[in-house]
Amino acid sequence: MSRPLSVIVVEQDRDRALLIVDALREAVDCDIHVVGAFDQLARAVRDRQPDIVLVDIADPTRDAIEDLTSLSGPQDRPVALFVDRDEDGLARQAIEAGMSAYVVDGLRPERLKPILDAAIARFQMIRRMRTELDETRRALEERKVIDRAKGILMKAKGLDEDAAYALLRKTAMDRKQRLVEVAEALVTAAGLLG
Amino acid sequence: MSLRCVRLGFVPLTDCAPLVIAHELGFAEEEGLSLTLEPSPSWATLRDRLALGDVDAAHMLAPVPIAHALGLGPGPAAMEALHILSLNGTIIGLSRPFAVRLRDKAPDLAFGDAPAARDALLAMGPIRLAVPFAFSMHRELIHRWLGNGPELSIRTVPPSLMSEALAAGEIDAFCVGEPWGSLAVEAGLAELILPGRAIWMAAPEKALVARAGWAGENPEVTGALLRALWRAGGWLADPARRATAADILARDAYLDRPAEILERAMTGHLAVGTDGTMRHVPDFVRFHDGAANFPWRSQAAWIGAQLARRFTLDPLASAQAAARVFRSDLYRAHLSGTGAVIPGASSRVEGALATPTAVAASEGRLILSPDAFFDGRVFDPDGHLPDL
Repeated sequence: MSRPLSVIVVEQDRDRALLIVDALREAVDCDIHVVGAFDQLARAVRDRQPDIVLVDIADPTRDAIEDLTSLSGPQDRPVALFVDRDEDGLARQAIEAGMSAYVVDGLRPERLKPILDAAIARFQMIRRMRTELDETRRALEERKVIDRAKGILMKAKGLDEDAAYALLRKTAMDRKQRLVEVAEALVTAAGLLG
Repeated sequence: MSLRCVRLGFVPLTDCAPLVIAHELGFAEEEGLSLTLEPSPSWATLRDRLALGDVDAAHMLAPVPIAHALGLGPGPAAMEALHILSLNGTIIGLSRPFAVRLRDKAPDLAFGDAPAARDALLAMGPIRLAVPFAFSMHRELIHRWLGNGPELSIRTVPPSLMSEALAAGEIDAFCVGEPWGSLAVEAGLAELILPGRAIWMAAPEKALVARAGWAGENPEVTGALLRALWRAGGWLADPARRATAADILARDAYLDRPAEILERAMTGHLAVGTDGTMRHVPDFVRFHDGAANFPWRSQAAWIGAQLARRFTLDPLASAQAAARVFRSDLYRAHLSGTGAVIPGASSRVEGALATPTAVAASEGRLILSPDAFFDGRVFDPDGHLPDL
């Protein structure tokens, strides 16, 4: 990685925070910011735009962090959770399921790096999938509008499909608009007139 | 006969009472179940444990499984609500400095007057409001009551940190589950102005939520669990037992807070001001009466429609997807023949009843409790659920 990883550690216990910082420093090239008081959390996430947020699983602050960093929120960031003991392999399952990343025995440096890397990679993959899904949905919506506009032109001007499409495209180019914008305008106008 | 072990997750709040009572008073054991109750520090952690099978079912904010069905939560966890554990039980309060400013402008504002409190609050300019989770009835009630205007700044603050946020001057107001409102009053940091029930008299607050498919794969355990919880709710319905319930909830294994504080929410006798002013809210939290435990598809549709508005999703598709999360069919199947009142329908117009009303039941005599919204408007699921 060309630049250091930006990490926010949420930990109110100063001694434990220091241990985590040491472990992180040893494991990865990173720029660490420790949030000790809850009221600093929102600003820290906003100002620092961290690559990842780390918090202990027993910390109730997790619900607030999830709200600040969720995929539907404005500042989506991956969150990883420290777990002292992995009873029943919960942490491993969570990571495999693509849910929150769990860092078991988070103070052992050699455990940290692969899990942080996996958490960030997994998160980016999910974000990419969401973006692609949104784009696919939008493309489908646009296709529908364009098809309706073509239909209107074919009926009103007696054109065949290719000619209707060519007319839409030419109009868009002439007006320096997107094809779908011209189609939307036409569909709206036809709705008003019809 | 050996008992079947069931692991249930909960967040330590007074409304986890049905789980605790089902366990402590032997209702679960009588149904052949041995319950292990596992506290969770946060809703996100409880949701993860549920999704991963670390607990079988959980005391969960009713909107959480719906938000996931709409693709709003992280991870692939599909969940369903099997049983409504409680209606209402949340409280809205103000930081002391904000309460003082509000009293200057609206000296006659009475506790519990939702329309007047709405007008007074919206006239105050920007308000910073805290709720415990992004997907919670707390948050939906706030939007239903105060709208979604730019003057509202809503953030998630874990209940146990609500007092800290108040002390730091970070928030002006909050909507939270008990005992956290009463604890903030006790710490001299807040005044209570409105019970959640004043916004919607029948808001489904917590549900018993399981991974989608779990109930279908474990029909016997599910039936036993629903019956035990239904009977625990019936035990809790008697106001005379609520103080005893508070004593049990106060134990270390559950809330680990003074029984005197827990009793306030359980009995509806709330200390609303730091000067010790008391107010009585009948039915502050309901565990049983009026088919309170029945997961109405229309309640889920309401939550779905609210979330759709907030996240600009298709309202119709969202309400329909939400309705499927509340398994009124399973409730019906498992509780018929047990003495539980089973409504004839699975969906109703929400907010239509200002007084207790008798309606058709397929079993038992059903008197629905009032379920009005503060402004008298109704939510008609027919506009949203043509196929239900």
